[in-house]
Amino acid sequence: MTDYDHAETLHPGQGWSRILPRHHTLTLSDPSGRASVALFAFRADQPLERYNMSDTLKAQHTAFLTAGRVLMSDMGHVLLSITADSCGWHDTLSGHQDAEESLAAYGPGTYQTLRNQRHRNTRDNALVEFAKHGLGLRDLHANVNLFTKVVVEASGAVRFVPGHAAGAAITLRAEMPVLVVLSNTPHPLNPAPTYDPPAVELTIHRVPPPGLDDPCRISRPENGRAFAKTEALP
Amino acid sequence: MTPRCDDTVLAGDGWTQVLRQGEHLRIVDLEGNQAVDTLFYDAHDHRDRYDAMRTIRQGGNLYLTTGAVLRGSSGRPLLTIVDDTCGRHDTVGGACSCESNQVRYSLDKLHMHSCRDTFLLLGARHGLGKRDLAANVNFFMNVPVTPEGGLSFADGVSGPGHHVELRAERDVLVVVSNCPQLNNPCNGWNPTPVRMLVFTP
Repeated sequence: MTDYDHAETLHPGQGWSRILPRHHTLTLSDPSGRASVALFAFRADQPLERYNMSDTLKAQHTAFLTAGRVLMSDMGHVLLSITADSCGWHDTLSGHQDAEESLAAYGPGTYQTLRNQRHRNTRDNALVEFAKHGLGLRDLHANVNLFTKVVVEASGAVRFVPGHAAGAAITLRAEMPVLVVLSNTPHPLNPAPTYDPPAVELTIHRVPPPGLDDPCRISRPENGRAFAKTEALP
Repeated sequence: MTPRCDDTVLAGDGWTQVLRQGEHLRIVDLEGNQAVDTLFYDAHDHRDRYDAMRTIRQGGNLYLTTGAVLRGSSGRPLLTIVDDTCGRHDTVGGACSCESNQVRYSLDKLHMHSCRDTFLLLGARHGLGKRDLAANVNFFMNVPVTPEGGLSFADGVSGPGHHVELRAERDVLVVVSNCPQLNNPCNGWNPTPVRMLVFTP
């Protein structure tokens, strides 16, 4: 297994994909305090297996993600564990914006007029990165929106809650080789009138495997069983 | 009106039909508190499938009831809920699977019947595989989310004879699993039959 540290800037509007080896962490930090990054996750050696929103939420009795919780696959495995989070709430319910929604929200932002400041959208970014790994439209399922809080009122109404601390960061640890796809593009419910995603910093580190007392493993008995299934993989 | 299709789907069984644009689908919860896990696809392009996230954010509400527009991943409407005597349907809880039952309840639950197996079996008739299984609608199922972000599988809000009715906004493939889950209250601990009616009003 590769033992490396890596640092990179996720530019405004950028799509990104990389296979995160087992027991490596990906940390995203947001110096601006207003980022939203869409995250898609697949089992790297069998991308038919992917992050499953419903299975993740119902197993952990939660509608959002934060430290101590994990992203589960549709096969009952842990793809990514959230080992640190200074943000406190990452949205799982809102999905991602496409070209039509982006145009409605921000107006035209073409390459011809804006060059590389053009308005990129999450769906198109995801499809480009997916295609680099042999994936396509059929693989486009629910994503997590990092750094974004969306609450559900008693009536069921969904509400975007703006703002988190500048410098907020989240660290995700891969529990198997995971294809991570990111898109640094606006959240579909963000009411800000202008297209202006901030730069986000990425770092990757090799870390020890989770111990028996790992907070993500012991936060719920369901997580313990998902870890057991994951660690039993060949 | 005489329904084109009037089927009783037994507990734990599946059902699939192609609705023609303008047709209505009425699902009747015959004995009450029965989760009906349902997937929708454009009949002519299965890649344009029901998109729970888009339906939630564009409808502005987590729960589905009369007036809700069920959208495909293209953004175009697939169906509209035109009548609902239950009042609330879930679209976050997804379908039970052998593997998620292991995680949620016990590693020895792998053998139990699950909605995802029904989806895979019925989907195979239409050329659908696991890649095509998106987050589904759970008619008659209650998965409340609190403002603090808590999520639970609560007892059903439905009762005997409640129904929900949808209008197809284009030709729509419907794939249903009449949920066999025995490990939580989504079926009132006792899976029961439902009735599926397809008609032109």
